[in-house]
Amino acid sequence: MPDGPGLELLRGEIDGDAPGAVLATSFEKERAVLIVDPERILDVLTWLRDTPGRRYGFLSSLHVADYLPAEPRFGVHYELLNRDRRERLRVKAMLPASSPQIDSCVGLFPTANFQEREAFDFFGVVFHGHPELTRILLPEDYVGYPQRRDFPVGGEPVTFTYSEARYG
Amino acid sequence: MEVERRSFEARQASARDMLRGDLEGEDLERYVEERVVTTTFEKMLNLARANSIFPLTFGLACCAIEAPISIVTARYDLARFGAEALRASPRQADLIILSGRVSIKMAPVVRRLYDQMLEPKWAISMGACSSSGGMFANYAVVQGADKFMPIDLHIPGCPPRPEAVMYGFNKLQRKIMGEPDQGWRQRYNAAGTEEWARGGPASQPSPEAAEAYEIARELTLA
Repeated sequence: MPDGPGLELLRGEIDGDAPGAVLATSFEKERAVLIVDPERILDVLTWLRDTPGRRYGFLSSLHVADYLPAEPRFGVHYELLNRDRRERLRVKAMLPASSPQIDSCVGLFPTANFQEREAFDFFGVVFHGHPELTRILLPEDYVGYPQRRDFPVGGEPVTFTYSEARYG
Repeated sequence: MEVERRSFEARQASARDMLRGDLEGEDLERYVEERVVTTTFEKMLNLARANSIFPLTFGLACCAIEAPISIVTARYDLARFGAEALRASPRQADLIILSGRVSIKMAPVVRRLYDQMLEPKWAISMGACSSSGGMFANYAVVQGADKFMPIDLHIPGCPPRPEAVMYGFNKLQRKIMGEPDQGWRQRYNAAGTEEWARGGPASQPSPEAAEAYEIARELTLA
């Protein structure tokens, strides 16, 4: 895990090779986060994977979070891991609510295939260049993206007739 | 005619005499009256059906630990009620226990399994989830399995104790013996939806089989 100064050093190195790709950094709860420009996510991921001395070669998780009502609304999280140094790094790209789109990283990390499909399934984030971007868990004919925060919870209202009659 | 009930030892002794051919006259009459029961064919059939149920080996979620697994173990022992033969194929089973929440993606599969079972067949909805959606009031779970298939019995609980499942099973047996089919399954379009074993759902039965099936169906649905 890079510490705070280590994270800034890392950012400086990336800025040298890909200027402007990293928008910000954050270091909270012992977790280093690079917030990057979604347009250049592949540049950053490739750099982190292939640069000698860095080599974050393992994508341990890819997931999306919905930060409604913030704008940009969707955050795509890439949890990277270097297994030799046991270092973890989180890369985050924020996407606008109107059209959440980002390049697919299946070419870099094959494990992202199913995880990007899941993110598409539940959040409707479109990953460009994905080999088969279809629903993975929900039925194919499902309408909507149920993990978005503005999606209705569903279910059916339950009437507690006894309790309502007794306690009003 | 009322027959005075004798002790077990006395009846055993007369049975021994009967086998030896020593029983004659009044004793023989008494022996027959003690052992013969007159009933209707339907009652006899339902008695047999209720006491030889083949449940489907089928688990949906955590309730599966209680229903198809616990109640066949030595502690609860469903074999006492003649239902120890769990079948791995719906074509050999006549009871399906929905043990857990049914997700909207699983619902067509469950319905298909139900349709594949042969008549007469029964379905138990076990636990809060399959009966009403339970705690899963969300986008992914069917709010009650009776939305897509006929359910004969609901067992409440989260999960129900195995004793509750046994009690529910006994209730189902009583239902089978009393009224085998109340005819309400037609509402779910569930009568006559059985698939034919040969060649999948689209295949047609032979004319003789179809005729026999129609007759049997009219008898069961009458």
